[in-house]
Amino acid sequence: MTYDDIISLLPYSLKREEKEQLLTERLMTLTEHHRQKCPEYRAILNAMQYNMDRVQSYRDIPFLPVRLFKELSLKSVPQEDIVKTMTSSGTSGQAVSRIYLDRTTSANQQKIMVKIVSDFTGSSRMPMIILDCPSVVKDRRMFSARGAGILGFSIFGAKKIYALDDDMKLDVKILADFLERYKDQNILLFGFTFMVWQHFYKELMRLKGEGISFDLSRGILIHGGGWKKLISEAVSQEEFHGRLKDACGLERIHDYYGMVEQTGCIYMQCECGHLHASIFSDVIMRRPLDFSECDVGEKGIIQVVSTIPESYPGHSLLTEDEGVLLGEDDCPCGRKGKYFQVVGRLKDAEIRGCSDTYAAKFQ
Amino acid sequence: MAECETKQYPDVVTFAFWIRKASTLKLKERFYKEDGNICLGRGMAFHIAPSNVPVNFAYSLAAGLLTGNVNIVRVSSKDFRQVDIISQAIGRVLNKNEYRVLKPYINLVRYSRDKGINDYFSSIADTRIIWGGDNTVAEIRQSPLPTRSVEIPFADRYSIAVIDSNVYLNMSDKLRIAKDFYNDTFLSDQNACTSPRLVAWLGSRKDQAKEEFWANLHELVEKEYNYQSIMGVNKLSSSCLVAVAYAAVASEQPGVLIQHMADNRIVRVKIPKIIDGLMDLKNNSGYFFEYDCNDILELKDICNDKRCQTLAYIGDRKMLVRLLQSGICGIDRVVPIGKTMDFDLIWDGFNLYERLTRIVSVG
Repeated sequence: MTYDDIISLLPYSLKREEKEQLLTERLMTLTEHHRQKCPEYRAILNAMQYNMDRVQSYRDIPFLPVRLFKELSLKSVPQEDIVKTMTSSGTSGQAVSRIYLDRTTSANQQKIMVKIVSDFTGSSRMPMIILDCPSVVKDRRMFSARGAGILGFSIFGAKKIYALDDDMKLDVKILADFLERYKDQNILLFGFTFMVWQHFYKELMRLKGEGISFDLSRGILIHGGGWKKLISEAVSQEEFHGRLKDACGLERIHDYYGMVEQTGCIYMQCECGHLHASIFSDVIMRRPLDFSECDVGEKGIIQVVSTIPESYPGHSLLTEDEGVLLGEDDCPCGRKGKYFQVVGRLKDAEIRGCSDTYAAKFQ
Repeated sequence: MAECETKQYPDVVTFAFWIRKASTLKLKERFYKEDGNICLGRGMAFHIAPSNVPVNFAYSLAAGLLTGNVNIVRVSSKDFRQVDIISQAIGRVLNKNEYRVLKPYINLVRYSRDKGINDYFSSIADTRIIWGGDNTVAEIRQSPLPTRSVEIPFADRYSIAVIDSNVYLNMSDKLRIAKDFYNDTFLSDQNACTSPRLVAWLGSRKDQAKEEFWANLHELVEKEYNYQSIMGVNKLSSSCLVAVAYAAVASEQPGVLIQHMADNRIVRVKIPKIIDGLMDLKNNSGYFFEYDCNDILELKDICNDKRCQTLAYIGDRKMLVRLLQSGICGIDRVVPIGKTMDFDLIWDGFNLYERLTRIVSVG
């Protein structure tokens, strides 16, 4: 099966055994490809004493810590083939990941993302409200995670508006006009979880107090980027959903989990509140102590594998997030594959020592 | 010492043992010379204790006090119980009639980063002792000292261990060796300047010695060390970076080899040779470079670095002579394994007794 054949499959159609075979074959091919083309990756595999003959399943393929992409420039194609460099959105002073994409990898990211998201939104394009400001996507040569997310999801929008201005203020008139014009259609909304809460939900509530309200009962909100900032405001997922419904009638809300290092293979939250792995990627929860695989229901460090990356060796990565596998092939929503929950980020180590500031390169 | 709570803190117990009368008198014997000259404290000693080693301030204070100085000690701004225990004990003693006279000599202060306060204490200091490594030294040096004042700066350092495999295998009490090495490393998260980061093996039975040495240590670490989830990810990241660094400077095979261990508590990376910048790749909490050494002079480069502090050894001290006499600019201490943390008035290459006193030469 070629990779194009794989892409043509339905994203949640394979049972465990079928998916395992498909992933093992593809990920072993990618491992060998990167081993040959990326000297740094080869050096790491050698240090790990990797032996292809001992790989029984994609679970046995080594994983790179995701932060290596902040420390190293890892590529498996010549520089002249790079068409895009994506960076993670770090705050100033923090190192950012740099992910190098060639034409094929970039195109496959988009194709797969369309397949995954369409499974939740339907395949027709909708009017789209981006709950962010237009300046995030201005510099197209350097894609931050926020910009990349917006551009990635923009392909689902027929007619698009940015609901916030560059001061992150909700533009009431633009929003009202847009909703009036498309009042008989489903509307896609996209934004980062914290932005949605801070600059959209809170503003809607303020406006409601002034007697201005909006009806988004035909909206589908997709949001991602993590709950870290909202946990500090003590907002749970249930509350997030409930309050948005109260504020504007929005009911169809899908969180997603994904990272710039494996763009395309996002994990969408289904109607039952579970994040789902498609056939194009997978999660493996690993025990922190020895990296062995966790049982269902046991919290572990999330390893992500993706069938997409050809231009950089990012097909098997150990994240710094913790998650719990909830089950496989049997989610009540009907989608096959693993479904899981993200618990949060691993805590930084508390370490003694003589030197007051240390390990700065990893923080 | 009688108090129960104190016993929960081995670092407090160790300090109490170090400061007991017999050991203090021994210091006097070693340092105080009756040669007709008069030796006095320099005046005021301003100590900046490190933020991550709770008991360090007490050793620094003791050094200042024994040499006859008035002391202002900035203790860690972190809330360590050990600091309370020791300062309360000092308070109780100072409130006894016969010791009231010492009160002005002991001033423990706690303040967060504040240049104004640093400026003031520095302006009246005759000796300034800065713990906390390069960054803290650089920060405190923003505050000028009077012309004749001296400074004792404790910079970022690293340490190594050398083990003669034949000697180790002939030792009867391997569990005690494991405990000693544990105290040298894991007890301070292997992040003290004195903690060995590299273990160089000498002799003819290296493999067997390694096997026993690490197995014994692992057993102890399993029981006593508080492993934190992120540590395995940190160590794996370091191993990958080391592998890449070696591939960049030395293409011959084999490169570095990550040694197989049962879990991530101890991570060992076998290096084929010692390269420049190896110690920039060090990590902590149980992360060791291992090197099969056939001639002690192979360690010359890593010791010929001003950051190299302690060499801890098992074997005959004489095996180190050629190295120590080879003109290296590093290594300030040579101690048996188990003794790296033992504080002394000769520390980090400085004679604290001399630095903290002035001599009235009487002709």
